[in-house]
Amino acid sequence: MQDWLDIGTLADIPVQGARTLTLDGTPIAVFRTVDDHVFALVDRCPHKGGPLSQGIVHGHAVACPLHNWRIALASGRAQGDDHGCTPTLTVRRDGERILLAHPLPLADAA
Amino acid sequence: MDFEGFAKVDFEEALEPSAFDDGPTLPDRQHLVVVGNGMAGCRAIEELIARDAGRYRVTIFGAEPHVNYNRIMLSPVLAGEKTFDEIVINGHDWYADHGIELIAGDPVETIDRAAKTVTARSGRSVGYDKLLLATGSDPFIIPVPGKDLPGVITFRDMNDVDQMLAAAEAGRAKGGGAAVVIGGGLLGLEAAHGLSLRGMKVTVIHLAKTLMERQLDESAGWLLKTALEARGQVILTEANTAEIVGDWRVEGVRLADGTLIPASLVVMAVGIRPATALARTAGLEVGRGIKVDDHMVTSDPDVLAVGECVEHDGQVYGLVAPLWDMCRSLANGLVDRHSGYRGSVTSTKLKVSGIDVFSAGDFAGGDGAEDIVLRDASRGIYKRVVVRDDRIVGAVLYGDTADGSWYFDLLKKGEDVSAIRDVLIFGQAFASGGGQADPKAAVAALSDDAEICGCNGVTKGKVCQSIVDGATSLDAVRSTCKASASCGSCTGLVEQLLSITLGEDYGGERTVKTMCKCTSFGHDDVRREIVAQAMRSIPEVMQKLHWSTPDGCSSCRPALNYYLLCALPGDYKDDQQSRFVNERMHANIQKDGTYSVVPRMWGGLTSPRELRAIADVVEKFNAPMVKVTGGQRLDIFGIRKEDLPAVWADLNAAGMVSGHAYGKSLRTVKTCVGSEWCRFGTQDSTGLGVKIERMTWGSWMPHKFKIAVSGCPRNCAEATIKDFGIVCVDSGYELHVGGNGGIKVRATDLLCKVATEEEAMEVCAAFVQLYREQARYLERTAPWIERVGTDHIKSSLLDDPEAIPTLAARFRSSQRFMQDDPWEKRVTGEDAHLHQPLLVAAQ
Ligand SMILES: Cc1cc2nc3c(=O)[nH]c(=O)nc-3n(C[C@H](O)[C@H](O)[C@H](O)COP(=O)(O)OP(=O)(O)OC[C@H]3O[C@@H](n4cnc5c(N)ncnc54)[C@H](O)[C@@H]3O)c2cc1C
Ligand code: SF4
Ligand code: FES
Repeated sequence: MQDWLDIGTLADIPVQGARTLTLDGTPIAVFRTVDDHVFALVDRCPHKGGPLSQGIVHGHAVACPLHNWRIALASGRAQGDDHGCTPTLTVRRDGERILLAHPLPLADAA
Repeated sequence: MDFEGFAKVDFEEALEPSAFDDGPTLPDRQHLVVVGNGMAGCRAIEELIARDAGRYRVTIFGAEPHVNYNRIMLSPVLAGEKTFDEIVINGHDWYADHGIELIAGDPVETIDRAAKTVTARSGRSVGYDKLLLATGSDPFIIPVPGKDLPGVITFRDMNDVDQMLAAAEAGRAKGGGAAVVIGGGLLGLEAAHGLSLRGMKVTVIHLAKTLMERQLDESAGWLLKTALEARGQVILTEANTAEIVGDWRVEGVRLADGTLIPASLVVMAVGIRPATALARTAGLEVGRGIKVDDHMVTSDPDVLAVGECVEHDGQVYGLVAPLWDMCRSLANGLVDRHSGYRGSVTSTKLKVSGIDVFSAGDFAGGDGAEDIVLRDASRGIYKRVVVRDDRIVGAVLYGDTADGSWYFDLLKKGEDVSAIRDVLIFGQAFASGGGQADPKAAVAALSDDAEICGCNGVTKGKVCQSIVDGATSLDAVRSTCKASASCGSCTGLVEQLLSITLGEDYGGERTVKTMCKCTSFGHDDVRREIVAQAMRSIPEVMQKLHWSTPDGCSSCRPALNYYLLCALPGDYKDDQQSRFVNERMHANIQKDGTYSVVPRMWGGLTSPRELRAIADVVEKFNAPMVKVTGGQRLDIFGIRKEDLPAVWADLNAAGMVSGHAYGKSLRTVKTCVGSEWCRFGTQDSTGLGVKIERMTWGSWMPHKFKIAVSGCPRNCAEATIKDFGIVCVDSGYELHVGGNGGIKVRATDLLCKVATEEEAMEVCAAFVQLYREQARYLERTAPWIERVGTDHIKSSLLDDPEAIPTLAARFRSSQRFMQDDPWEKRVTGEDAHLHQPLLVAAQ
């Protein structure tokens, strides 16, 4: 059964930034974009595993801090000429609260 | 959607006069009792009457002692633009004409669903066949000390407006009162606007980074803030209310950072929550709001609910437009017709006269979502339309909201906009007029009077004339008619006119490489404009220079942040989120996501105490490796993000500060032992290195920057492959610049020779500043010098005797703001959350 895990409030995440957490041993990055959308991705770049949570968030994408690959936050897909995909998690907003689908539907993770 | 155009519906025509001649006592009519005499409650009754006037006998309870008025017009009442009478939607006549019994000023306190009665505060009890709850919302009160003091109010009803007016009046008697509005959303800003028009000095305290962050993006929020500040309001963003102070009534508000703002009135406008208490105690199903189905029926089939108090399909609404949809479905249901409510898309508009703001829909982009942005700095306009799969999904307009309803309409209908994609952002007139999808055709279709260059007021006719007269290049157009000569945002239009007018003869010529895809300006243009216009923040630059994306990208943002800090070091607004991770974390990210930490060792010197502190940190935090760096420092590897503050605390305790080994900044000053110990040494190279490091540490640069001082031409400190190198000789100091030991090795160029340490340091400061002011972001000194030429550097520094002192003075003045240890701030808890996980998962 799928549950919603309450991971905090919108205010906990810096605008154009991310916070992290570990779920079932997987590092997760929770991003907040400039227009207050929240996305959650496994915190590993499809390139060489860079911690995406530490990258620069712009629009609905993040630039990996290691080699600047750009990853779309909604799909986890690398943009431009790069190829690869980071698994995404379903996030839901309930007012100020942020809820994460749990357990993680990561089975199909590329 | 224009909420101000809210019109009273004329139902008289639809009604049979006899329908209510019978009066409310007719026994066979069902009794509909409404709790809430507000926007939704009365609208529902209007809709019902329009369908079947005789069906129900109606009684309305209202907590407020008023007839039904237009709540959204309270803002204009406060601002003095309207009177209460002008905002009444349904006056006493309406109730009388339709035989509706109004019980105003008597809130319903209990519902007995078994007996089907409601009881009000006065004790009055009334039976119902159908009950309609339309209780609206309760304003949210932040639970800070002092929240209950007299003078602390919300902004919800006429009573609140009366209190604000009284406070303004009392303030005026004393020569001007002060008010604090907590909350920079729609409501807070309307309150602030009204209060300042009433003569109060208003401060808005807002927790988020930008105003109305729910509706507006950063750019529009910045414009709004600028406009309100220009009207004399004080806007404090990222400000957290700690306490409301006062003995027996409000005297001020204290922020979390200790600031005290005196005020005789505090308006809390931080949000609303559905008023569900009554429904909850009656045992109805309540989530965030009272749960209803598509016909607004609650968990009890005889109880309906409508308006802000309900939750439909997981959604609650805080605007009127959805209420109208709900009321329609409700009335349809009550007269047994079927067309259920399916949820609403909303749009908002700020009712502050002279400031036009519009926002609609959703900005959830995701794959394939594109932002179309138009910024017109000279007219103060910002427009952003979000398109996904050829359909508009959201829009933010600032300054010119005329097309708001058009975008909103396209959005609601989900229309395919691919055919007008290129001209969409110019608005309806353009997109459906002669423009078609070709921007060039759109420009061609402009009339000769159309303004091309807003800064210089140049029309299309004038531009074309100067082209015909022989100005066949962009520069020529700029110098003859001035179009595109100021902010440059119309450059694209001018180029199109060149190509339309000259046809094949115009090859296009703008060869300046743009900073990134977000702008048509090159690095140097951007820097020049930042200095010329004294810009202070990234949103300001993006607006004034017409960025084509809402918040830039990872190339331009770090560059802009740097250019701003270099231009106005004491005055710019730093943006942490526009710094690379290393600078944000004050440590070096390594390939496995851990960090390495390098404490500063002045001139490469160290001591037992420092060595011991480093050794202890290595042991305590299990750092897998310590390494001597090329710059004569010790690098501690493998520190986890969570442990960074503790590591810094230990190093700080031993007197060490951050080595900035992570930043685009001054890294190290490498030294040799010099005359102190070495038999060849001519000068005290170690001592000078320490002095230079004390002078330059903490300075941010376009790229990393290294300095070295060697005591003699044997050059043991390798000064000739550093950005700035000093080689001591018997007669003084040889100063070298532009060396690089990196990918492409480059030996320095000799800049000059000086006689004293003081002179050497002065030239060093001046050179550093020249580099800081002229190089492009991420350009090291070597490529910079190769680009501009050594002669340029030499002449900039040496030709004018004033050049060195002036540049050095600017450097020193900047250092007053930059020389603080970022580790120390973090150790005291600043940004602690950046190091902690969001939630320590239990599983
Ligand atoms: C100052 C201001 C400006 C606004 N501007 C806009 C705008 O520009 N655009 C927009 O779309 N929306 C705006 N809104 C929001 C809009 O007013 C609301 O969405 C709308 O009024 C909600 O209608 P409602 O009937 O659900 O609640 P209300 O209009 O609040 O009506 C609820 C009524 O129920 C009464 N009540 C509550 N409990 C009881 C009880 N137990 N017994 C009897 N009566 C009770 C309340 O006193 C109140 O009169 C604004 C709101 C405010 C306060
Ligand atoms: S550079 Fe000259 S003074 Fe310095 S250590 Fe080497 S030989 Fe000695
Ligand atoms: S690991 Fe992310 S870009 Fe290389």
